[in-house]
Amino acid sequence: MKSILTLLCCFFCVAISHSQDRYLTKSGAINFYSKAPMEDITADNNQVLSIVDAATGKMAISILMKSFLFEKALMQEHFNENYVESDKYPKATFKGDILNFDDISETKTKKQVKGILTIHGVSNEITIDANFTKTDEAILVDGNFIIEIDQYNIKIPAVVAKNIAKKIKVSFDFNHKPYKK
Amino acid sequence: MKKLRLAIFLFTISTAIYSQDDLLDILEDETPETTSENIVTSTFKGTRILNGHSVENRKDKELEFIISHRFGAINLGFDELFGLDQSNIRMALEYGLTDNLTIGLGRSSFEKTFDSFLKYSLFKQKKGANSFPVAVSLFGSIAAKTQDEAFPVLERSFSENLSYVGQVLIARKFSQSLSLQITPTYIHRNTVRDIADPHDIFALGFGGRVKLSNRVSLNSEYYWAFDQSESINARNSLAFGVDIETGGHVFQLILSNAITMIEKSFIAENTGDFFGGDIHFGFNISRTF
Repeated sequence: MKSILTLLCCFFCVAISHSQDRYLTKSGAINFYSKAPMEDITADNNQVLSIVDAATGKMAISILMKSFLFEKALMQEHFNENYVESDKYPKATFKGDILNFDDISETKTKKQVKGILTIHGVSNEITIDANFTKTDEAILVDGNFIIEIDQYNIKIPAVVAKNIAKKIKVSFDFNHKPYKK
Repeated sequence: MKKLRLAIFLFTISTAIYSQDDLLDILEDETPETTSENIVTSTFKGTRILNGHSVENRKDKELEFIISHRFGAINLGFDELFGLDQSNIRMALEYGLTDNLTIGLGRSSFEKTFDSFLKYSLFKQKKGANSFPVAVSLFGSIAAKTQDEAFPVLERSFSENLSYVGQVLIARKFSQSLSLQITPTYIHRNTVRDIADPHDIFALGFGGRVKLSNRVSLNSEYYWAFDQSESINARNSLAFGVDIETGGHVFQLILSNAITMIEKSFIAENTGDFFGGDIHFGFNISRTF
């Protein structure tokens, strides 16, 4: 009987510690910015899902491409139809490890995140610099990096080459809260 | 001691089990069901299939400038440079009052006709939980012919020169590359040339597109009129064309037996015989601001 109690107790502890280990947001913000000679294009997505496992230092992000909002409706339509082909590839994902995750604290610290970024069905390994802040009830992550779109097999026709940059600046800002199932 | 070891063992195992489930799978589970992602968009590239309207609307506060040309019939031969010496033009401004309501004003050189229309997107095609099989738009227009009759010389009042068109545009995007539309149409003309000609004309339009690449599609369109004007030997209109999209422009290259670009003319007053060689080359160019 006692051993069963211990066992139960164990499971309970595990469950509790785990539910505190993971931090999730469903309203993460990602912005991208394309600076080209003819025009600057920017788009925002405030419905990004991101999760951090504070026990293992692993991180995953899921981005619905159709949730990117553009200044002009036509840009948004072309983004989804012609460039990222959202019907075929509805999501972009990232999955990776936060390097030297152990020493994140209440003071903002810069960490490297290494992992696989998948956009438009193409996966590339990337390493991103990001700022981490961990408090009792949140893990904050923000930063930015550059994407070269031809690495993701997104083709820019010659006629709009002056309207769309080949290198896109991506900014992100996530406020993860403790995740309970 | 034994129990402690067991406890540690169990702890390790459960941790191991726990870390196996993928973080991305958790995100997948947590993804909220949203409706906006389930709306099927871009059934057609432009607001026209070729001559006639597609279910597509301009979006909120978008202004589109459309220039359309139809040249003379190709079978006019070399003397008329296969029709290129003749030209009909329609210029139009079309504006999205909301995402679902577009207003348009146009002027055609053919019979110096002014036209205005409203197009309202009633239902969107949706997939997922609240799926809906088709997109439906309503279209209504008034056209005013301002050219005087040359023979016989007739003075007609403004209202006598009016005609009205109502359409229900029903389209379905079957796949990324195939979209089809059927278009029940009603036309009323206040004045007809001959007493035997119908004032009211019912027609059914069929249109479709096949995408050849992300930016190019092949379109065709046919309007079958159930009532025909005998006095001009009116025929059904048939058109084939290609859409080419570049950024803010859509170019449409068209081969059609109709020389006009508004509904009441190309559905009810078209005289060209496509297979007799009365084929008019033309194009629509639209620029969205």
